[in-house]
Amino acid sequence: MFKGNFIDNLPKIYGTYTGGFIVFIILMAIAEQAGMTAKTIGILFVAFTVCIYALIGYLSRTVQVDAYYVAGRQVPTVFNGMATAADWMSGASFVAMAGGIYFGGYTYMAFLVGWTGGYVLVSSLLAPYLRKFGCYTVPDFIGTRYGGNFARFCAVVVLTLASFTYVTAQINATGTIASRALSIPFELGVWVGLVSILLCSMLGGMRAVTWTQVAQYIVLIIAYLIPVFWISNKSGFGFFPHFMLGEEVARLGDLEAQFGLVKNAAADIKAAGVPGGLKSIAVSHAGVPEGGMAAWKFISLALCMMVGTASLPHILMRYFTTPSVKAARKSVAWSLFFIALLYTSAPMLATLSKISLIDPNLPTGIIGKPIAEIMQIEWVNAWINVKQAFIADFNGDGILQLNEWFMRGDVVVLATPEVAGLPYVISGLVAAGGMAAAMSTADGLILAIANALSHDIYYKIIDPKADVRKRLLVARALLIVIGAAGAYIASMRITSILGAVAWAFDFAMSGLFFPLILGVWWKRATRQGAIAGMIAGLASGTAYLIYVYPKFMGNAPWLGIDHLRFGIIGASVCLVVMVVVSLMTEEPDKATQQMVDEVRVPSGKTILGKQH
Amino acid sequence: MSNKEKHWEKTKGLMIITLIIWFVFGYLIFMFGSDLNTSSFMGYPLAYYMCAQGSIIAFVVLIFWFANRQEKIDEEFGFTEKEDD
Repeated sequence: MFKGNFIDNLPKIYGTYTGGFIVFIILMAIAEQAGMTAKTIGILFVAFTVCIYALIGYLSRTVQVDAYYVAGRQVPTVFNGMATAADWMSGASFVAMAGGIYFGGYTYMAFLVGWTGGYVLVSSLLAPYLRKFGCYTVPDFIGTRYGGNFARFCAVVVLTLASFTYVTAQINATGTIASRALSIPFELGVWVGLVSILLCSMLGGMRAVTWTQVAQYIVLIIAYLIPVFWISNKSGFGFFPHFMLGEEVARLGDLEAQFGLVKNAAADIKAAGVPGGLKSIAVSHAGVPEGGMAAWKFISLALCMMVGTASLPHILMRYFTTPSVKAARKSVAWSLFFIALLYTSAPMLATLSKISLIDPNLPTGIIGKPIAEIMQIEWVNAWINVKQAFIADFNGDGILQLNEWFMRGDVVVLATPEVAGLPYVISGLVAAGGMAAAMSTADGLILAIANALSHDIYYKIIDPKADVRKRLLVARALLIVIGAAGAYIASMRITSILGAVAWAFDFAMSGLFFPLILGVWWKRATRQGAIAGMIAGLASGTAYLIYVYPKFMGNAPWLGIDHLRFGIIGASVCLVVMVVVSLMTEEPDKATQQMVDEVRVPSGKTILGKQH
Repeated sequence: MSNKEKHWEKTKGLMIITLIIWFVFGYLIFMFGSDLNTSSFMGYPLAYYMCAQGSIIAFVVLIFWFANRQEKIDEEFGFTEKEDD
């Protein structure tokens, strides 16, 4: 069907794939009209997409080391951008971000700034230099630049801690979506999710993950944008929501003033029996909280997320796969472009969802109307039945007030199409998109951990004489072990004590940011400095987390640095210790200094060989 | 100064400019969030607009600009990679 080699045909292949997916959506829409049940549509959407990913994973199988670890270093700029975007945008970004903005307003949007600005650091400080280095994994860089197995080992520890914190949440999300779409118990859904994830990565490592992530990006972006545009047009808010919702945002401000933003007392919420995790709107949508502390909390959160982005190994390793240093830089720009398509849409979806629900003049509005009447609405009933929404008539007047309507953040993405009266095929599409987002991130994370353990621990430290076959066998076995460990923890549903996704960013920045940056930008950085920095940074960050997190010791945060921001402490300690110890120890030898000089020049051979 | 050193000086200069622009859009403007919100852009309150779209778009443009500038610097000092490299 396609002549020539695979890479040259990529636009055609993915163009055909996108067309095929759109045809599938249309077929489902026709089937819905013909009377196919919502449940069948949901199953078909998830099953069809997952089968395609598994097929891509199978076709990308490989027995080459450089194909397995870095996709043969031939992923074109734009496609690597899409793959990184899918790698980056997790189930949480897809399902929970709009909900976060819905409830948190401007304050929550610090995450949007933080999760995008980090790419400026990636492109200007790290990606091109790591690509020139030619490493397979992030610890590979640390181990070679600073020398010695102990430095390598420390980097693997930080990587594993940060990535594993993140991956259980992703497997949890695949389980939730699989269980809902396929109508199976959550515990089983987690394992179904894991099998789907492993099908994409087992046989082809980075090469297979790359090509499935591109496919997953296409599904998730279609699934996110179609509802946003459709709702906006159907409800008459504007043809292009991103540029036309100014009036609605202003209207939300008026409505907030009219209804009043009431923060319910914890005792009232408990007495009314509101299910856990459900919230009511208590924060202004676009208003900026007054005062220096509020501004500091905004920028300190953005800072942690940005620096964390530039330290997360599953993101950095995507730039090892480009054909050149130049391509690595461009690829970062494309990554952020593809991420921005979704991130700039999330606030619009939150706005659409909120105005649809709280404006009493709209037919979809529920606030300010009699509760008895609202209970007749089909979607309200459906979500209350599964404990994702709740009504508590605190003042007993029989009218639904703003503070009396509770729901879970995820409902914003999952239910808004239904609220706006879109056909069920859209809800099926959204489920497929959420599954794609969670699977792609989980794949990247599990691969990052397994590659570090197989390449840096097994091959570089334990058995440097292992042959290619044995190395790849170990890599695949580790993939299964780590995936299974993640799925096991996810199936125990102890996520409430595992903490937030933000922790992964804080762990990564505490231990890895400065050793990576200074490895390129400061020749004087020594092995002892890097080791001391990684240990001190990770230890102090973790200690501070335990000190401040409410479920552990729960002490008052210092300068507003709470458990979401503990990386500020860890990274600062890491910097100071690393610089002091480096200056106290002998400067790196000539060979190392020359290596750093070589890294700074884009042309010429990579530091590490093509196969190592 | 050798060719390599000059190249690195220019590269560092570009990095610093890039990070200054990054600081402005990522942090500086949000230190004055409540003042910004008194003005509006396309009908949105300005601080809200900047975190919903403005800063994100600025970052995308900034990275594309940075990548092009760096390519020019590499070219100037003869460090451009060969296509088949």
